[in-house]
Amino acid sequence: MYKTVKMTHQTLSLLACLLMSGANVSANVAATEPASVAATPTAATVVMEETEARRGTSTADHSKFDELKKNFKSGPEVTKACLKCHTEAAKQVHATKHWTWEFLNPVTKQKLGKKNVINNFCTAVTSNQTFCSACHVGYGWKDDKFDFTSENNVDCVVCHDTTGKYKKLPGLSGHPNYKVMEWPPHSGKFREPTDLKTIAQKVGKTSRASCGSCHFYGGGGDAVKHGDLDSSLKNPKRYLDVHMDANGLNFTCGKCHLSDSHEVTGSRYAPTASDDKGALIRGNRDGRNPTTCVACHGNAPHPPGTAAVEKLNSHTDKIACQTCHIPAFARGNKATKMSWDWSTAGKLDDKGNRIQNRGSGGEVIYDSKKGDFTYERYVIPDYVWFNGDVKFTLFGDKVDGSNIVKINDFQGGPDDPDSRIWPVKTFRGKQPYDVGNQTLAVFHTAGKDDAAFWSNYDWEKSMEWGMKEAGVEYSGKMAFVETEMRWPITHMVAPKEDALQCEQCHKENGRLQNISGVYMPGLDNTPIIDWLGYAAALMALIGVLIHGGIRYYMSKRG
Amino acid sequence: MERIYIFKRFERFWHWSQAALIIILMATGFEIHGSYTVFGFKTATTTHTFAAWTLVWLWVFAVFWHFTTGEWKQYIPTTEKVAAMMRYYLTGIFTDAPHPFKQTRLSKHNPLQRLAYLFVLVVINPLIWTSGWLYLFYNDWAAWGIDFLNLEYVAFFHVVAAFMMLIFFIVHVYLATAGHTPTAHIKAMINGWEEIED
Repeated sequence: MYKTVKMTHQTLSLLACLLMSGANVSANVAATEPASVAATPTAATVVMEETEARRGTSTADHSKFDELKKNFKSGPEVTKACLKCHTEAAKQVHATKHWTWEFLNPVTKQKLGKKNVINNFCTAVTSNQTFCSACHVGYGWKDDKFDFTSENNVDCVVCHDTTGKYKKLPGLSGHPNYKVMEWPPHSGKFREPTDLKTIAQKVGKTSRASCGSCHFYGGGGDAVKHGDLDSSLKNPKRYLDVHMDANGLNFTCGKCHLSDSHEVTGSRYAPTASDDKGALIRGNRDGRNPTTCVACHGNAPHPPGTAAVEKLNSHTDKIACQTCHIPAFARGNKATKMSWDWSTAGKLDDKGNRIQNRGSGGEVIYDSKKGDFTYERYVIPDYVWFNGDVKFTLFGDKVDGSNIVKINDFQGGPDDPDSRIWPVKTFRGKQPYDVGNQTLAVFHTAGKDDAAFWSNYDWEKSMEWGMKEAGVEYSGKMAFVETEMRWPITHMVAPKEDALQCEQCHKENGRLQNISGVYMPGLDNTPIIDWLGYAAALMALIGVLIHGGIRYYMSKRG
Repeated sequence: MERIYIFKRFERFWHWSQAALIIILMATGFEIHGSYTVFGFKTATTTHTFAAWTLVWLWVFAVFWHFTTGEWKQYIPTTEKVAAMMRYYLTGIFTDAPHPFKQTRLSKHNPLQRLAYLFVLVVINPLIWTSGWLYLFYNDWAAWGIDFLNLEYVAFFHVVAAFMMLIFFIVHVYLATAGHTPTAHIKAMINGWEEIED
């Protein structure tokens, strides 16, 4: 249940600016702006250069601040110190998804957010907060009594740590360890108490590493959940991500996930599948999402010239950039989880101990606590029509167990002008549902109590506790239902030379063979016409050959 | 044996450059269609598009030439001697029977040729050109207000026409060897001079 957080990254960079040196940032912007504008006309380039100029040049050295020259005993104490200068920061964080874990989809009006959705990994947060909140930007969320108005419970450091030494551990309700602690459990390895003083004195802007400390590990481990986000992106080479290339453009997450007042843009709950309005000019106030390819590259991203390039540009009316430019995900040589079967969980060895089996790639493929897994590297995505609307199957929505449940159903189709063909990771699961209540189950996985599934492998107790926490009386009958969840693939953008070639789609059995509603030369045809056409051409050929043969024979005979 | 100058310089240029373009269009077109892989899809499509535009330009000149010279009249169909021509191709040609049609400068195509070329002109070409243009400008359909069309149907007609062109090509190339010697017609198409049996 840990690490199901899907935060977006930009809170971070904004936090950095605001927490540290807001005034100086604006001064810098003013200083660099005219020159940049003159040299480079696009908004994207300007923003890039400004940030480049500022990198590593904060005007505040936090180690010199008296407030931070203390031996902090806990995270909230650090936050208290932060808030002495950054007086509004916690209030800003309170308004974000990173804090509330709630999101109201403006189109479907579905109440989403990590707090509300059920996925097919660790499934649900409810009843498992002590573990899940290891990825909450707060301290102390262990049950539904958590005080969401507390400013000191905001965790500034998890996003603004630059040391890489700050780790919130599952089971500690969002805290790092303050005492020596064995980690991972039963490993014989011990973590020293977190050095909050050093960490607090070295806070800075967010980075791929700080965002990644949660987002790379979603689903319970490195690379598990997204497929296009894993720790290989901490220091990626160009082939892995052309923008984040550590020796090249070196984008932070925040460069695309532009933030304001700690609110990070770019959300999986209400993604932007298409934007036909071109590059996003600074100052534009029409509320468009800046975290898209189009926001910088526009709608005709390939430099004009040859007919082939024009053709690529005209593909943007049907195809998301990601479809060609992310030819595969999990390209960082880390395997991503592709399926999770809870129905086999709970098998123990002869002595009644937990079993963990590893596959040929070294990943755990069976765990008594969780069931069976499969993993893949370099995965070719599935492709779907997508217009940005996602319909979730939420707790309480009818599930009858005979069909595959779509955890999140991507909307869109070929006749919808807002739809594009998108690459997705399809994650397949088999997970508990309450047969009597006909709903996906909330069950109690982790906790230091008798009912947690990971303590004593008893589904009934775990279900009873979890459903009750979710506000429903468990019917007493549970079963496992097959589920599917989709993850839009949008990171790990390959360099252009590695983008898909035409014939990877435009051929028989090409990548888009399951996409309906568009005619694709090379992939689609009318078989009857091909048959008749080839047959007629062959007959014509045979006819003239026979005719010619007779002529030749007759002429030889004289 | 009489020699007459049948095919003028522009006409020969038109014929052979058109032949080359049509061969290129067929070779790349059937690859785009998915029939085989030789050039790669990108090269095939760009070449196909380029060849198509080149053919358009060639036709601009060809149409001008046909009207200014009056040569368009060569394609006016006739039923005269059609049956005789068919009989000739089915039997006479094997036994060296006399050719039922006498070529002149004013009438350089035999009746079957006239019909075949007319078919190319009024059926195959309009079909292949219209569907091809629509294909080329697929992305402008919405702006032109013709997005009620469906690319699948456009592609269907383009492919049907392509097959007809392929069949025409096979038969045409073969019949080019049906002169009084196998290369007589081909030579005439190169140097313009046709040898006519007395």
